[in-house]
Amino acid sequence: MSTTPTTPAATSAAEQEALRKALASGVRPPRAGAFAASRAFAWRGILKIKHVPEQLMDATVTPVLFTLMFTYMFGGAIAGSTREYLQFILPGIVVQSVLFTTVYSGVALNTDMTRGVVDRFRSLPLWRPAPLVGAVAGDSIRAFSAGAVVVVLGLILGFRPDGGVLGVLGAILLVLVFAFALAWVFTTLGLIMRSPSAVMNTGFMALFPLVFLSNIFVAPDTLPAALEAFVDVNPITHLVTATRGLMEGDVDGGDVALVLGEAAVLTAVFIPLTSRFYRKAG
Amino acid sequence: MNAQSPLAIEASGLVKTFGETRAVDGVDLAVPTGSVYGVLGPNGAGKTTTIRMLATLLRPDAGSARVLGHDIVRDADAVRGAVSLTGQLASVDEDLTGRENLILLARLLGHGIPAARERADELLDAFGLGESAGKLVKNYSGGMRRRLDIAASIVVTPQLLFLDEPTTGLDPRSRNQVWEIVRLMVAAGTTILLCTQYLEEADQLADGIAVIDHGRVIAEGTPAQLKASVGVGSLHVRLLQPDQRPRAERALAERIGEQPHLEADPAALSVPCGDAEQAADAVAELSRGGIAVAGFSLGQPSLDEVFLALTGRPADGDAEDATTEERVA
Repeated sequence: MSTTPTTPAATSAAEQEALRKALASGVRPPRAGAFAASRAFAWRGILKIKHVPEQLMDATVTPVLFTLMFTYMFGGAIAGSTREYLQFILPGIVVQSVLFTTVYSGVALNTDMTRGVVDRFRSLPLWRPAPLVGAVAGDSIRAFSAGAVVVVLGLILGFRPDGGVLGVLGAILLVLVFAFALAWVFTTLGLIMRSPSAVMNTGFMALFPLVFLSNIFVAPDTLPAALEAFVDVNPITHLVTATRGLMEGDVDGGDVALVLGEAAVLTAVFIPLTSRFYRKAG
Repeated sequence: MNAQSPLAIEASGLVKTFGETRAVDGVDLAVPTGSVYGVLGPNGAGKTTTIRMLATLLRPDAGSARVLGHDIVRDADAVRGAVSLTGQLASVDEDLTGRENLILLARLLGHGIPAARERADELLDAFGLGESAGKLVKNYSGGMRRRLDIAASIVVTPQLLFLDEPTTGLDPRSRNQVWEIVRLMVAAGTTILLCTQYLEEADQLADGIAVIDHGRVIAEGTPAQLKASVGVGSLHVRLLQPDQRPRAERALAERIGEQPHLEADPAALSVPCGDAEQAADAVAELSRGGIAVAGFSLGQPSLDEVFLALTGRPADGDAEDATTEERVA
C-alpha cells in the first residue's frame, strides 16, 4: 500500500553531485538550423539500418530475384535472347527496385508514430519538416543499395551500358531524386493509415500497376492503344526513358527535365501535406 | 525569460474533445514558478491530454494557456524552446543505443557533434548509465529506460519540465532514484508539472496538487490540505482467507470505531486510522479472534480513498476514457 518508510538514499552523494553538475551545465546552444536538424534525423535513420540490417536485406534481395527472374524467364520470349532483353530491362529494374523501397519510408513513419519518441521530437523547437526530411534522406541509403545491387548484378550478367560510368551514376542519381519525391506520397499515407501493414499493402497496391503499366518490361508500341496511352503518360515511363537514355549514352535532355519537373511537383504537394499531418497527429 | 513571473503555467478553461469524449472539460491551472505541481487522477481522467496541450502537442478546442508567459497556440515555438517533456510512454528511441539517443537530442537542440558527444557522456555518467551507454535501449530495464528518458529531457536544462507518470511500473529503488532526480532538478530551479496516479508520489514531491477527474479539476490545495480533507490515513489489512472478511470487518469497526472500506481485492479491507498504537492493537485483536492476517500497513490515503472522499465513488479509472486517450495519444 502506501506506507513510506524513510527510504535510504537511492543515489550516493557522489552521484547526486554528478547530477547537480549535469543540471548546471545544461546550457542551451543556439537553435539547430533546418539543415543541421534534418541531418541529425538522417543520421538516426542510418543508425537504424546499422542496428537492424535485416531491413537492408529486404531492399537488396528482392531486386536480385526480379533481375534474374525477368531476364531468364521472359528474355527469350519477349526479345528473342536473354542477353538482348537484359540490355533492355536493366535500367527499368533499377527504377522498379529503387521505387519499391520508398514504400518503407511510409511504413517506418507509421511505426514511429505509435512510439513515444515522436512526442519528444514534436516538443522540440525545430524546423517542423526536419524529422521527415531527415528520415526520407536517410532512406536514400536503402534506395541507393537497391539500385547499386541491380547494376552490379547486371554487369556480371553481361549488361553493357554505353553511357559509361558517368552515365550509370547519373541514371542512379536521377532515380534517387525521383524516389525522394515519391517517398513523400507514402509518408503522407503513413500518417493517415492505421497500421504499418495497411501502409505496406496500400502502397504496393498503388505502385504495382504503375510499375507494370510502364515501359520497364515491354516497348509500349506493342500494347493495345488504350493501354499505350496510359503508359505514355505514366511518370514512371518518363523516368525509365530518361534512365535508359543516361545508361545507354543517348539521353534526351527533355526527358530528364520532365522527370525533374514531376519530382518537383510531387515534393511541392506532398511535403506540406506530410508536415501538416505530422503536426496534427496525436 | 519571464523569470520574475510568479506563474509558470496559467491555464483557463482548457477543453479537448475526442469524438464523443470530452477528455479535458474545462481545466484551470495556476502553477507557481520554481515549484513541483502535481496533477493527480486515475487513468483516463485527462491528465495526459492536459499535458499534451500544454506541451503544444495538441491544440485545445477551447480555453487558453500561457506557459512561461508564452501562449501555447499563438507562440507554440517559444514554448517548445523553453520546456521539456517526459511522456508516459518512454520518449526514447528503442532501436538506438542510450548514447545515440542523447547525442541525437543534443544535436537537434543545436549542439555541434563534439559538444553533443560530450554532453551525452556527461549525462550517461550522471544517471548511472555509463556502462549501458552502448546497449540498444530495447534491452534496458524499466528503471534504466526512465532514467535515460529523464536524462534526455535535460540535455538542455529546461525552465519547465512536464513529467507524465514518471514512476508507473518502476520498482521501489528506481522510483526513489526518480524522486531524487526530481528534487535535484527543482533545487536547480526547474519548475515541474507532475502527472501521477499516486497520492504518495504527489505528497512526496509536490508543493501543490490538483485532483482531476473526468477532465475537470475537482480539488486543489497543498498535500497537507488535501490529506486533511480526506482523512488522516488508513489501516490496510489483507487476510489469508477472504471468507473471514465479514468477521474482520465487524472486529475492526468495533475496535477503531470507524466503518471499514471493503477493497476490490476480496481479501483486503481498510479502515480510517491515524494512530499507530490503535492500529497495532486492532491487528492483534484480529489474530486473537482467529482471523489469519497475511499483512497490514498503516499508510496515507490511497488515490481510491481520496476519490471516495472527494466524489463519493472509487477511482475506477473509467475504462472507456482510458482507451480513447491511449489511442489518440
